[in-house]
Amino acid sequence: MTNPPLLSVEGVSVELPTPRGQLLAVDKVDLEVAAGRTLGVVGESGCGKTMLSRAILQLLPKKAALSGRIMFDGQDMVQLSPEALRRLRGPSLAVVFQNPMTSLNPVLTIGTQLIETLQAHMGMAAPAAAKRGIELLAAVGIPAPEQRLRQYPHQLSGGMRQRVAIAIALSCEPKLLIADEPTTALDVTVQAQILDLLAREQQRRHMAMILITHDLGVVAGRTDEVAVMYAGRVVERAPTTTLFSHMRMPYTAALLAAIPKLDSPPHTALPAIAGRPPDPTRPLRGCSFAPRCSRADDRCQAAKPPLDTADHIGGQYACWHPLQPAAVARA
Amino acid sequence: MAASDNGTLLAVENLVVEYPVGNKTVYAVSDVSLHVDRGETLGLVGESGCGKSTLGRAVLQLRRPTAGTVTFDGIDLTKLEGEALRRMRRRLQLIFQDPIASLNPRRRIGDIVAEPLVITGVTDRDERDLRVRAVLTAVGLDPDLTMSRLPHEFSGGQCQRICIARALILEPELVICDEPVSALDVSIRAQILNLLEDMKRRYGLTLLFIAHDLAVVKAVSDRIAVMYLGRLCEIGPTEQIFTHPAHPYTALLLDAIPVPDPSVKPAANVPIGEPPSPIAPPSGCRFRTRCPRADQRCADQVPALREISPGQLAACHHPLGVAN
Repeated sequence: MTNPPLLSVEGVSVELPTPRGQLLAVDKVDLEVAAGRTLGVVGESGCGKTMLSRAILQLLPKKAALSGRIMFDGQDMVQLSPEALRRLRGPSLAVVFQNPMTSLNPVLTIGTQLIETLQAHMGMAAPAAAKRGIELLAAVGIPAPEQRLRQYPHQLSGGMRQRVAIAIALSCEPKLLIADEPTTALDVTVQAQILDLLAREQQRRHMAMILITHDLGVVAGRTDEVAVMYAGRVVERAPTTTLFSHMRMPYTAALLAAIPKLDSPPHTALPAIAGRPPDPTRPLRGCSFAPRCSRADDRCQAAKPPLDTADHIGGQYACWHPLQPAAVARA
Repeated sequence: MAASDNGTLLAVENLVVEYPVGNKTVYAVSDVSLHVDRGETLGLVGESGCGKSTLGRAVLQLRRPTAGTVTFDGIDLTKLEGEALRRMRRRLQLIFQDPIASLNPRRRIGDIVAEPLVITGVTDRDERDLRVRAVLTAVGLDPDLTMSRLPHEFSGGQCQRICIARALILEPELVICDEPVSALDVSIRAQILNLLEDMKRRYGLTLLFIAHDLAVVKAVSDRIAVMYLGRLCEIGPTEQIFTHPAHPYTALLLDAIPVPDPSVKPAANVPIGEPPSPIAPPSGCRFRTRCPRADQRCADQVPALREISPGQLAACHHPLGVAN
C-alpha cells in the first residue's frame, strides 16, 4: 500500500436523464487503485458498477452528467480533450468487456483488430505489429496463433474470443486494466482460466486492475481490495481478507449468505434478501438498503449513513448499525 | 431423500439427439440413460453445448429424439403424436432461463398465467380467475397488483415468479427448469431457489433442474447428473458427487467454482482448453482431450457407465478414488 494511487476517483457522481426523471447511477464514489494492485468492485445489476467504469474511461453516454474528479496518472480525466483521452486509452488505460462477441468487430479478422491497435497506439509498422500480435495471442493461451490471426470472431469459441479481447487490451502495455464482468458470459472452467490469465498478466506487468463482478466468489481469491456497491454508492470497502473476515455492512453479509454454499447439504433454505433494490430515479432519503435490511430502524430511514473509516483494521462501511465482527458467523 | 421409494416417474433410455447443420451432424445427445423418481429433484449439470438443454427439450418432445425412449409414468412419449401428446404435456411443464423473454410483452399477466387453462379447455371465466389468483399468491405475488399489468412493469425476479405460476397452474407432475436462475442477481436467485423448493413441496412436484452452476444445483438436488459433450459422465447422490467425484470432469467442474472465501486459493491447475465441437467429438471418451488421466484406451473405447459406489455411476476408464 506504499505506492501512490495510479487512479483516484474523488466524489464522482453520474446522473442520467430518463423519461421517468433524473437517474442517479453513481452517487459520490471515492476509490483508489495503485500500480500492481487489483481492486474488486462488487454489486448487483443496476448498482452503478458499470457506469462507474465508464466514467473512469470517459465513455459515458452523451447526456450523462458527471461531477467529481478522476485523477489518473497525475491528470484529471474529466478535463482532458478528446484527443488527449484518445492518446491515453490503449497505451495507459484499457478495458475488457463482458461480451467478447459484441466487443470485437464481426467483419474484421482477429489479426486486423489486433494489428490495427498496435499500429494506431504504438506506431508499429505492419510486419512488426503482426509479429507482436502472434506473441500476444500465444501469451493469452491461444493455440496456433498464426492461423487465428486470419480468423473472424465468429470462428472462435466464447473463451477464445475473450482471450483475444484481453490480448488487444494488453497489447499497448496499459497501466490500468478495467475488466467489467470479464467472465460472466463464460462457462465455469473457462472462467477459471480467464481469471488466472488476468491475474498472471496483472502480476507480470505490475499493472493496476479493476475487476468488476457480481460474484463475491470471483473477488475473494483474486483481488487485494474490494468495494461493494449498492444503489450507486460504495457501501463497504476493505482489503479483501478483512472484508471477508470482518464484514460490517449488512448488505455485504446478506449478499454472501445468499450464495449457495458447496458445503451445505442439499435442500438447505438460502437466506434470501427480501425485496429488490430501490428505484434509482426515486432516491431514498435514508440508507438505500434500509427497506431490505433486518437491522433498519427510524434513523436508517431518516439519514444516509456516510462511508466512514470504521476501525483500526482499515475498512470503511456506510451503516448506522454495523455487524460486530465477532457476530459475523463465518459462512 | 425419502422420495426415491416412490417409483420412477421419468425414464430416459439410450436417448440420442442429432441434427444437421449444413452438411454436418451435431451430436447433441449421445446414448444417455437416466431416470427421475417421483418427488425427486435430479440436477443436470454441464457447460454450454453439453446437450443438457437439448435433453430437456427431447424429454418434452419439443425436439424429437433420433433414437431412444422417454417414458413418463409408463408411457413412451416418443410414440405419441398430436392430441395424445398434447394431453400428456399438461403433466410436464418447462421454465426457461430468460424470464422476460418468455413472457409476451403485449399481454397482461392475468391472461398470460390463465392461458394454459384456456388451451386445456377451462371455459369458466370465474374458475380461471380463481385459479390464477391462487397460483399467483402461491408464488408470492399480489394478484390485485399483478393481473392487469404488463411484463415490462416487473423485474427479472418477478417475471420468473410469473413464469413459475404459469408452469404450475395446470398442476403438472414434472417441471423441467432450464437454467431458471442464471439470469438473476445473487439476492434474487436465492429467493427463486427457495420458491422452487417451496412449490415442489406444496404441489408434490418432481423436478429436472438443468444448470451450469454446481453450487446452485447442489442447493436443490437429491441426485446430480453431469454431462459433457452429449454424454453422461457421472450420476449419483448429491453428497457423494460433491465429496467423492469419480469422473475427472466432475472434479474439474468442482475445482473451477470460485469460492467466496479468500483463504481458499483458486485451483491452480484448471486444464487449459475448452470443450471440442459437438460436430466432431473425440473418439472414445469425449473428455479425453482435456483429461489429465487419459491414455490410449480412452481414445479407443467409449467408457461405459458403471457403478463406483451405491447409486453412483461414472463413465470413465480411470475413475478417481478407485484402484484400476
